[in-house]
Formats: sequence, structure tokens, C-alpha cells
Amino acid sequence: MSTTTDVAPYTVVIGLEVHVQLLTQSKLFCACRNRFGDPPNTNVCPVCLGMPGVLPVMNRQAFELALRAAVALNCKIARFTKWDRKNYYYPDLPKNYQISQYDLPFSSDGYLEIPVEGGTKRVGIIRVHLEEDAGKLLHGEGGKRSQVDLNRAGTPLLEIVTRPDMNSPAEARTFLEELRLLLRYLEVSDCNMQEGSLRCDANINLHVHHNGEIIATPIVEVKNMNSFRAVERAMAYEMERQYEEWKRTGARLGEVPKETRGWDENRNITVSQRRKEEASDYRYFPEPDLVPVTVTEEELERVRESIGELPAQRRLRFISGYALPEYDARVIVEQGKKFADYFERVARGLEHAKNASNWMLQDVLRTLNERGWTIEEFPIAAEKLCDLIRRVERREVNTHAAREVFAEMLEGGGDPGEIIERKGLAMVSDEDALRQVVAAVLDKNPKVIEDFKKKKGKKRAQVAGFVRGLVMRETRGKADASLVEKLVNEMIVERAGVGFDS
Amino acid sequence: MTASEIVHLTARQLRSLFEEGRLSAEEIVSAYLERIRAYDRHVGAFLLVDEEGALQQARTLDERKARGEPLGPLAAVPVAIKDVLCTQGMRTTCASRILHNFVPPYDATVIRKLREADAVLIGKTNMDEFAMGSSTENSGFQITRNPWDLDRAPGGSSGGSAAAVAACFSPMALGSDTGGSIRQPAALCGVVGLKPTYGRVSRYGLVAFASSLDQVGPFAWDVPDTALLLQVIAGHDPMDSTSVEIEVPDYLATLDQPVGGLRIGVVREWLADGVDEQVAKAVEQAIDVYRALGAKIQDITLPHSKYGIPAYYIVAPAEASSNLARYDGVHYGYRAADYDDMVDMYCRTRAEGFGAEVKRRVMLGTYALSAGYYEAYYLKALKVRRVIREDFDRAFEQVDIVLGPTSPTPAFRLGERIDDPISMYLSDVYTVTANLAGIAGISIPCGFTADGLPVGLQLLAPPFEEERLLRAARMYERETNWHTRRPDLERVVAQFEAKQSASAG
Repeated sequence: MSTTTDVAPYTVVIGLEVHVQLLTQSKLFCACRNRFGDPPNTNVCPVCLGMPGVLPVMNRQAFELALRAAVALNCKIARFTKWDRKNYYYPDLPKNYQISQYDLPFSSDGYLEIPVEGGTKRVGIIRVHLEEDAGKLLHGEGGKRSQVDLNRAGTPLLEIVTRPDMNSPAEARTFLEELRLLLRYLEVSDCNMQEGSLRCDANINLHVHHNGEIIATPIVEVKNMNSFRAVERAMAYEMERQYEEWKRTGARLGEVPKETRGWDENRNITVSQRRKEEASDYRYFPEPDLVPVTVTEEELERVRESIGELPAQRRLRFISGYALPEYDARVIVEQGKKFADYFERVARGLEHAKNASNWMLQDVLRTLNERGWTIEEFPIAAEKLCDLIRRVERREVNTHAAREVFAEMLEGGGDPGEIIERKGLAMVSDEDALRQVVAAVLDKNPKVIEDFKKKKGKKRAQVAGFVRGLVMRETRGKADASLVEKLVNEMIVERAGVGFDS
Repeated sequence: MTASEIVHLTARQLRSLFEEGRLSAEEIVSAYLERIRAYDRHVGAFLLVDEEGALQQARTLDERKARGEPLGPLAAVPVAIKDVLCTQGMRTTCASRILHNFVPPYDATVIRKLREADAVLIGKTNMDEFAMGSSTENSGFQITRNPWDLDRAPGGSSGGSAAAVAACFSPMALGSDTGGSIRQPAALCGVVGLKPTYGRVSRYGLVAFASSLDQVGPFAWDVPDTALLLQVIAGHDPMDSTSVEIEVPDYLATLDQPVGGLRIGVVREWLADGVDEQVAKAVEQAIDVYRALGAKIQDITLPHSKYGIPAYYIVAPAEASSNLARYDGVHYGYRAADYDDMVDMYCRTRAEGFGAEVKRRVMLGTYALSAGYYEAYYLKALKVRRVIREDFDRAFEQVDIVLGPTSPTPAFRLGERIDDPISMYLSDVYTVTANLAGIAGISIPCGFTADGLPVGLQLLAPPFEEERLLRAARMYERETNWHTRRPDLERVVAQFEAKQSASAG
């Protein structure tokens, strides 16, 4: 179904509605623990169970986290905001209304800059508001009965609505990645889509370029996307489906009722769920049980100060301040604030930050992935790792031996200097001693010189490499590799009587 | 002291006799339980009488007293609780079938405060279902009769609490007032009832009818007992964001000090058309009492108060339609026995669980909040609320207290208005404005009709001026003895039974 022309005859227009769970200690309107994975209905109280007579009391910590997110998303912050009830019946909503924000959200009109080819792009944020989450329904297998778990009921949820500013499935995905990175940096949310702490619906339509006219097709809302990859694929599928549909029906925006489609992960298609004849009537009205929230300039200033450096700024600083390649800066920052903090603690003690970056992106990251650790669980303190890499920089130990030290530190802890000493891993860079080792190796392997003479060009280099390996083995990997290379090359040429290029 | 003498004492007298060791808590509680056993089958004030719990509590109090432990301000004083307040472990139904089996796992804040004050919770009183009504006839369970005339309604929605005090089943009671539900039954039952300023008393654990209007308040025989109970329940509650952090004065300390240079504003339009002649006369006489006390009487006007009832019947049902949505059979309370699917379960549960008036108001409220009607109804009603408040603000620039009748009529006959919602709604015509404006109000006895039915005088004060309100009420009370009259239940019951057997014969 893909278009055959190089330039698609349409522009795709995507807007996202994202819900993220806030990392608060307690729920939005009661003191119950905001935590997942506990046995059903254990983090509940009369308030979040919606018992008769209970009243909500706003959790100020949740509001402050929400403020942080909105400020970082460059939103205007309302000095006066209120709560509204959204009325609808569902068994996972104990009060049968959700406390949310309707006409006076606490923030609006912001943007998030996302990296795109050749620069950045601003995605507008229409509004960010706070609301309570619903519980979860657990449906019995095939049975008629369902059960309700209200541990999640009343937990704080941030709703972020973007402008329809994304023009490709990849941009939608990049926006989500950048948003996740930002909210994780702010410690506002852990944004785990699989666990539901970040949920995303999309609105998508096309602007078809047809006979010099731009025709907007009907907007479709896509739900049920459970990963960033699913969002990207659903958007890609939907874009082409809508184009085919437009070619078939010619239907324009406003001519048909808004449709909701669900992403079917197994079949890789979207499936029509319902067509809304008109918007649901949620009978919003101001929540009479809560007082309006006011935000003072001092409070806002405190929030601004607490935010500190955001990921995009940090990437730039890593490139300019540490002279890191763009790739390194991006990958380090992407790993999260704690990882980047760790990197900085290592890099600050080194001659070249790139050395820290190499170790972080190879040895450290590989270990984290293999063992399923976060950087906070990583057993080697940044100062110790820095000490080790600094010894490499100072040629006290070569990289090969340093890896052995690293492995030892990983298992048993300890100090790099002590391990190097104990295991005798200090770099051998005594030229005379190494010269004797090389001579011994060549004496023991006379065939090497014959080979070298017979072969040409690159093959000669291979022979030299083989010799270097033998030398390294003899020195149990401790020799100064560049010195070995120099000596091996010199001595082979000397004994063979021919150079590398002849 | 005989049981009959005990139940005619005030709470203050009970408290001091107990303190002085002249009455045990058990004697006090037993006297009231005996009275309830003898007469509540005629009155029907209680939905639940916690005989065992009350006696147990009384014995504990006696033991604590014997050990010389300090005792609370309501020690050994029985208090009847409107069944709209959550009592931990004690069934709380709001007189609705939909909550027929609901036992709250927590105490309302006012209940906790009563327990801390060592009051004895004697039982839960009948009411209009979810506090919607003015006669207590909308109860899903039973009728409550007016102890002055068993043919008549006690008023509502806190009719059970008012009747319980009037019948001397309890010296005090708690009610809730959303549009007059404390003051109107107090007037019709000849007792004192006070609606505090919105935010003065915690609503936590008060089952919501209309959240922006509801307030919990006291019933008692006289103003000092009313002040005593208010003292115990008032104050900011961190569990209720709408309760206000304003210090609670010591009401009893200043109660007997007359308000110097008291200026009273009489709402003339409340004494014109629509008010019963005998009610108007009693109120005029009360005005004369104040005048004789040196108060400056002037007429005032509340030009927008006539829009009170229409505005109230938008705001209250709108909030109620949302507040009552939780009674759906899913998590607690009544669930229909047979249903096809989830929506059918919702529909049948609510159809079977709610009474006619509740359904009427849920529908009214749902309509008023619907898209396309919201601005015309709900928003408009909020504007009316604001101008009603402004009427009061202006009035209180000139006067200290606003005065008028509590109810346009004395107690009406049971069944008389039940099929005519509008006439029932008009029972609250003089009381709703105080709820819409969020101010404080009290009803005190100010006389009797020729038929021996009590008449209530309503006094209103600015927000958080309960102290002034109580002092002004006390000034009148000290000059009169209406508050000392008690219905002779034995005679009332005999008359009623004679009449019934006559009409049956």
C-alpha cells in the first residue's frame, strides 16, 4: 500500500494526547500509597473507594510535580485554577465521576522541542492538566464476572495535549521519546508505557494535495497503542489507510462523524471501534468539594529553580563542554539523569571526557543491560571508575588489563590501584625488557620471519599483529601496546631485512 | 429522680448532675431508652436505636468517672444522629433503600468529635431520603410524626432529629441543612435548630446531597444547649477543604451577654403574602420583644430572595445528580437481583433503590448540567446565588441580625403536600437563601398556634457570626418561655389513637 512516488501526495497531521502517572508518595486526593504491583485493593481508603460522605483533599506534592512538568514544557501557568467533575458511569470509577480540570487547566500554551533531521522542531502543547486516575477492571476468563482493583483509583495523572504539529510517524515517536526523557529527568514520572505509567492516544488526519488544493481528511482518534513502536507503526498504517480511504470515498473533514480506531498489535492494523455522532456529554461542573488552587510568583520561582538543566540543554553542554561527539552526548543523556550524572562524575577527573564516554557507552552500559541494573544499582562508584580510567590515560595500565580490573571491581569491589598491584597488572613499558620479550618470541617462532618475507602488503601487517599477540600473551596483557607495536615492527623489519611496503 | 424527670432536663443539667455524681450515665441513658421504647413506635423518629452501644458507653463513662478521669463537655449526654452522618460500625442509610445495608468503615468528623466529647450516640434518626424533602415523608423506610400532633409532619429533611428532641428521646441531635433541613423541622417541632455558616463545621462523613450548600448543625431545646453542641462540632478539618480555618469562639462564655445596640432587620416580604397569619403574628410579637429589649428594628429588603427557590432547585439537584452517581450497586449498598448486563444492573439498581423524589432531583440535575443547558440553568443559578449573597451583604451593612419566620406555615398534615412537589419546595422559601448565601441561621420557638402547633422565629447572621446569632437568640429566649414547653406525649398519643379508631370505626 505504500506510495510509489518519492514525495507523498499528502502531509500527515498528528496530535497526541498523553497521560502520565506522577511519581508521588500518595494519591491525588487521599493519603493512600501511590504504588503498583501490590495485591488488589490494598492501597485504598474510604476516600478513593468513593464511600458515602468522603471528601477529597488535594495532594500539594502532586500539584508541584505537575507544575514542574508544565514549566519545563514552557507552558503558561494559571495563577488561579479549579477542579471540575467529569461525570460518567464505569465500574472502575467508584464515584462515577472523575475529578479533573475542564475550562481552567493549571497550564496551557507551551511547547517541546524535539530533535529532527538537521535541527529541532517545536511541538506545541495546548494544555497540561491534572486529574485522578481510575481503577482497573480484571475480567475473568470467559466468565460473566469482572473484578475491580482500585489501587490505581485516585492516583495523580497528568494529561498533556499537543497541537497537531507532528508530520510523520517518526516525529510522533520522537516527541514521545523526548517527552519521556524530560519527565524522567524532572522525576515527574517514570513514563513506562508497558506498565501504563505513560499512555498515549493520537489524533491523525491527512492534508491531501490534490489538483492544487489542500484537502483535510476526517480526523481519526487512535487508541490502544502500548509502546512507542506501536505508536509509530499505528500512525504509519493509519496514514496510508486514510489515503486509500480518501481515494475511495473522497470524504473530507467534517463530512463524517469522528471515528475512534484501536491499534491491533497482532494484526498490525487499526480497527474501527466507534463513530461519535456527537461528543459524549460529561456534564462537567466545578468540583464543589475542593477549593480553587492559587499559584504565587514565589512558588513558581521555586519550581523554576528546582528544575535545573533539562536534557536538551545537557546534550548541548556535553558537546561543547566535554567535546563529546553528538552521538555520545545523545546516548548518555537518553539513559537518564542519574546515568548522565555518573558520567559527569567520571569525566570531570579525566584528561579526555571521551574516554569516560567510551567506558560508559561500552563497558558500563553493557553491564547494566546484561544484569538488568539501573545506574543506581551499579556497584562501582564513579570515583573508582574515574580512578581506573585515569590510570589508563596515564599509561599505568593498558585497556586490556583495565577491563580485567573493571571485572574484578564489578564482582568484589575494591580499589583499582590495589587490584592492579595485587594482580600485577601494571603496564610494562620498560623498553629494554619488552625488547627482550619480542626477541624471545621471534627466536621461538622463526617461521614468522619467513612468512613475513613471503607475504606482501596487508598480509605482512597481519604477521606483525600475530607477533604482537604473542608478545602480549607473554606479558599477560600488561605490556604497553603502542610500545609493543613499535618494537615488533622494528625488530621484524630488522630480522627480515625487508620493510612493510616493499 | 424519675426517668420522666431526667428526659426533661437540658444537656447542661444532665452533664452537671452526672459530674456531681447525682446521676449515673447509665441512669441517664436508660431513662432516654425507656422513653424511646415507650413512644417511638408512635413518633418514628429513629431508624436505629443503639441500645446496647449506648448503655455500654454509659457504663464506660461511669467507670471512668469513678476512676476520676477527666470527662468531655458532653459526658453522659445522649445525642441523636441524623442518618446522613457516617458512624463507624453503625448502619448509615440516608433513609434510602439503596444504602439499606451500608455500615461505614469510618466516622464522620463531627461523630469523632462527639465521641471525643464523651457524648452518648443513642441512635440514628429518620430523614427524607438523602436529605431531599421538607417533611421526612420521603424516607425509604418509615414516617416520622410530629410529637405535637401525630397527624402532622415534623418537617424535614432532619425530621427525625427534630422529633427526637421534641419528644424528649434525646436532649440533643445533629441534623444537616441544605435548604432549611435543620431550621424548618426545628420550627415545626418547637425546638432550636442552627445552621452554621458554610465552612464552620466539617462535612467529612456527611453523606453529600448538595456539596456547596450542606452544613451539619445542632438541635436542642434551648440556645445554650445549641451553643454547647455547636462548640463541640465546629472548627476547621484537614479532611474537608471547604471547612474554613477561622478560630471558633467560646460560644457559651458570651452567650448571656446581650448584643449591645442590637440592630434587627425585618424582611418585610417574608411577612406579606404566602405566610400563615398565626405565624406572622407570632413573629410580630417576637419583634416587639426585641423592641422592648431596646433593639433597633428596621425593615429591610432582600430583593432577590424570591429567586432563591428556583436557583436552589438548579444548584442542589445538579450537585446531587453527581453526588448520588456512586450508588450504582457496584461497590456497596443495594444491587438489583436480576439484570442482563452492566448498564441494566445500573438502571435496575437505581430504579429499585431510589425513591421518587431522589429520582426527580437526579433527573432535574442531570438536565441542568447537560451540554446546551448548562449556561442557561447552572451558570445562571450561580449568578442568582451571587446576587442573593450581595443582598445579604448590603443588609448586614445596616443591621446585625436579619429576622423573619422560619417557615411560612406551622406543621402541615402528613400526606398534604407529598403529591405536590412545588408546595413542598415552598416550605423552604425563607430558609434556602441562607444556604445559597452561605451565612448562619437559627430557628427558635416563638409561640404556638391556636391548635397548639409551634412557630419558629428565624434569625440570620453574617458568615462566621454564630456567636452574635446565638447571643441575639438568647436575648429573646431569656424573655420568653416557649422553649420550656414540651409536648405531653401521653395525651398526644391518646388523642391520636382515639381519632384513628374513630375514623376506622
